[in-house]
Amino acid sequence: MPYIDVDKNLPGIRALLAFSPETAAPIGALAELLLRRSDSLSMADRELIGMYVSYLNDCFYCNHSHGEIAICYLNGNRELVDAVRKDYRQAPITEKLKSLLQIAAKVQQGGRSVLPRDIEQAKEQGASDHDIHDTVLIAATFCMMNRYVDGLATIAPQDMSSYPLRAKQIVEKGYGNHIFLQPQPQPL
Amino acid sequence: MAYIQVEEGIPGIRSLFQFNPETGGPLCDLAQALLRGPSPLSAAERELIAAYVSHRNGCMFCMNSHAMAARCLLGDQQHIVDEILIEQNTSALSAKMKSLLLIAGKVQVNGKSVKAEDIEMARNAGAGDADIHDTVLIAASFSMFNRYVDGLNTLTPSGRWAYEEMGKRMSEKGYQL
Repeated sequence: MPYIDVDKNLPGIRALLAFSPETAAPIGALAELLLRRSDSLSMADRELIGMYVSYLNDCFYCNHSHGEIAICYLNGNRELVDAVRKDYRQAPITEKLKSLLQIAAKVQQGGRSVLPRDIEQAKEQGASDHDIHDTVLIAATFCMMNRYVDGLATIAPQDMSSYPLRAKQIVEKGYGNHIFLQPQPQPL
Repeated sequence: MAYIQVEEGIPGIRSLFQFNPETGGPLCDLAQALLRGPSPLSAAERELIAAYVSHRNGCMFCMNSHAMAARCLLGDQQHIVDEILIEQNTSALSAKMKSLLLIAGKVQVNGKSVKAEDIEMARNAGAGDADIHDTVLIAASFSMFNRYVDGLNTLTPSGRWAYEEMGKRMSEKGYQL
């Protein structure tokens, strides 16, 4: 049961964005800017960072929502996403992404946990200042989203087959207002 | 030295807004909506929550700047800021504010740390949905801002007096790029 009177038909952050449209607008814009850009970090890389931080924060809703979105961008490669959760160091991903996930994991603990050698390692693997910036801000943003979602005890749908359907909406339309105007899709 | 090439001499989050104005826009809008927009909590109370969470996260830049903004907004009540942050003495606060700070402290640890009885206590002290929502989101967003500022090792001026002008500007003009 959510701690405040939100629309019970809306899961997770959707219920909160609908509850507070004034703060929903910048939060949606931030998610769109950070997660829907493909440069030297792909959209899959960005979602994996968000998913991994959510996993570390034990936020079921964000972990599974963003895991499914990453799977869509990875053409259905669920094994890869599971391997990142289990131990990203052993996962079949680039050394650069491993070094960025290490920075993200440090950010999850606290900003001051990120040490110069974490940054050096990422730069040695070819990470640019912008890659490092975006990694830190994505990780920090998920530390906000996860606390917002769980701190108010929002509903996390337990039917796992609804998550891929929702992921498809994001993959097709991004993080616009539509995400908090629609309930979790129901599997047929 | 910041971990990425931001302009030298610009402190804290402002150096990051300048490095990446694109995300700076919504981040400022979020701070403005949360700390100055409509809320049953006063701007001073919201700045106190922000300073308290930043203090718990050990983020000196955010703690000092928001504590100074709170002092400016509190006027002759500004002793409350040091009582809370330095002496951990909350006796000057209302029961409602005490219960909201407790929730903010739990959010700082982790979302799941907030328990139904914490919410119950806040409600018994007169907090409504908007008080609780705003408290949780302020605490959550400072869990982000603090990590952004310290995770990239931005310039942190030392000593509270370096923050006087900043706090005054924040209290008068709010948050804009």
